[in-house]
Amino acid sequence: MPEKTMRDAINEALHQAMEQDDSVFVIGEDVAGCSGSAGDVGAVGGVFGVTEGIYHRWPDRCIDTPISESAIVGAAAGAALVGMRPVAEIMFADFIGVCMDQIVNQMAKFRYMFGGKSRCPAVIRFSSGGGFSAAGQHSQAMYQVMTSFPGLKVVVPSNAYDAKGLMLSAIQDDDPVLFFEPKILYQETADVPDEMYTIPFGEANFVREGDDVTVVAFGQMVPKAAAVIDALAEEGISCDLIDPRTTSPLDENAILESVEATGRLVIVDEAPPRCGLTADIAGLAADKAFSSLKAPIKQVSAPHSPTPFSPELEAAYLPDADKIMAAVKATLA
Amino acid sequence: MSIPKETLLHAYRTMKTIREFEERVNAEIMNGQIPGFTHLYTGQEANAVGVCAHLDESDTIISTHRGHGHCIAKGAEVSGMMKELFGSSEGLCKGKGGSMHVADIDKGILGANGIVAGGPPISVGSALAAKIRKNGKVAVSFSGDGSVNQGTCFEAMNMAVVLQAPAVFVIENNYYSEHTSINYAVGCDDLKARTEAFGFPVFVADGADFFAVHEAAGKAIAHARAGNGPAGVFAEQGRYHGHFVGDPQAYRAEGELEDLRENHCPLKNFRARMAETGELSLAELDAIDAEVMAEIEQSVTDAKAAARPTAEQVTEDVYIQYSATA
Repeated sequence: MPEKTMRDAINEALHQAMEQDDSVFVIGEDVAGCSGSAGDVGAVGGVFGVTEGIYHRWPDRCIDTPISESAIVGAAAGAALVGMRPVAEIMFADFIGVCMDQIVNQMAKFRYMFGGKSRCPAVIRFSSGGGFSAAGQHSQAMYQVMTSFPGLKVVVPSNAYDAKGLMLSAIQDDDPVLFFEPKILYQETADVPDEMYTIPFGEANFVREGDDVTVVAFGQMVPKAAAVIDALAEEGISCDLIDPRTTSPLDENAILESVEATGRLVIVDEAPPRCGLTADIAGLAADKAFSSLKAPIKQVSAPHSPTPFSPELEAAYLPDADKIMAAVKATLA
Repeated sequence: MSIPKETLLHAYRTMKTIREFEERVNAEIMNGQIPGFTHLYTGQEANAVGVCAHLDESDTIISTHRGHGHCIAKGAEVSGMMKELFGSSEGLCKGKGGSMHVADIDKGILGANGIVAGGPPISVGSALAAKIRKNGKVAVSFSGDGSVNQGTCFEAMNMAVVLQAPAVFVIENNYYSEHTSINYAVGCDDLKARTEAFGFPVFVADGADFFAVHEAAGKAIAHARAGNGPAGVFAEQGRYHGHFVGDPQAYRAEGELEDLRENHCPLKNFRARMAETGELSLAELDAIDAEVMAEIEQSVTDAKAAARPTAEQVTEDVYIQYSATA
């Protein structure tokens, strides 16, 4: 099976979806690039290159926009409401701050507020998360915030294989999907089939299987947790590593069944702790699997602070192998 | 209008400082010394300096992701900025903000800003404070030709008129919003007219010409300071670098960058004007060049030797502390 980067896997999914369905189009800032210039129109393909090449094949369906995030999301929502399947790009997840209304008050609520008579099959893509010293306005995860809104489906892939299958599911989905691409993982590779395939939403992936501790991790924390779990295996500690892949819908059963078997739970996410996914899943386990627990649940997250710029500060901010390992061992103490 | 010699000396020194700061930052990024995302202002020096020449420390500016030039022009200390870009805890923002968030509130610098058009609404707030306090201060926001297409920018312009706040909107057209041409991204043919349609005067200047910007900004700032509500400055001048450091700039026409550097250089233009009028001698300008080069060199030396932040500093300045999750 060919090895592809996450960036290329998503790019391939977009190409295949556009090939198959004329109602799919991409829209956003520099998704083609260089529009209106004397240079090479279409040369950018998104600042991370995820929409590369699309303009050259489908110039009418690869649409550069002004820097206008509210209008981009609104246009995607409106086009979807009348039957198109837009894939909009918001360059950085942090820019949700600019277009929040169009996401949470508009597209998320159409179907419900209109009595189930509408569909809004729009996908909004975001580069997400820390690790680039990109500071407080270009480093946030944001998916944990968006997970709290009914009416949105929220996807966070952790590898190239999942990213392709989840993107194809997102485009086929009849409801609004927010697709968070951990930008630190764009160049990470995995075996990715050339043909189209989908990964259903709400179905967690067991990245590792074990008996002693359940570890749930999201996005860029999945490979970090996997490395820790592999190191712990050398010490005779075996862990389930669950990657929910979609935070809404959430595969509650996979998490609860694992916790019932291991009796120990560690949750790892890169976002700050309050009202986030680690607290959410700790609450789920405390509510529905309390009698199975043999140790306190441990949460590993960023601290309650914006993302700092300086590399030393960001390294201390993001959960790392040491913190994940300490948390797993704490549940076994 | 004649400009005092001290002002001319300061203007040239400041433009040269911005130029050398940016070129050195570019080199240090290539050397792997400066992390993160950095956007350079080289070529647009006359805009920042021509505007800020009319401001004192208690007037405010708010900047953009391309903010180094504005901050230097408003008086930010170069050494503190360089340390910030290097991520030192001795930097202007203790290494928390970096290039996109350089700020110095004591000097009226309300920050560079990582959100396109994040600044104009905040600047209206600063202008409103000046109006309420009746202190004659103005609030300047810098926006690019990309920024002016954001709803927040439209809202800020309209509200400044409604409130008759002394807000000055400086629109710097460098022809590209990131990688997209203004010919595409601004739907109308006349951005000045579109801006004036909000209900305030906009003064136009060649952004490669300090004297033109100085004159236009002088009119706009005097208008706002006198209590006549907001005003605008519209200056056109290309940037010499990409949107960010590392941008391959596929949007450029052949020869465009060479033409910009050769024929649209604020520093060259300034020198040519001085040669013509004799207001400053070339020896004076050369001496400034040497001093600036030494200052930038020293700032890099200092930044490399400056203290690095420690893990405990991550949660400083967050107001509320929670015990660590792990």
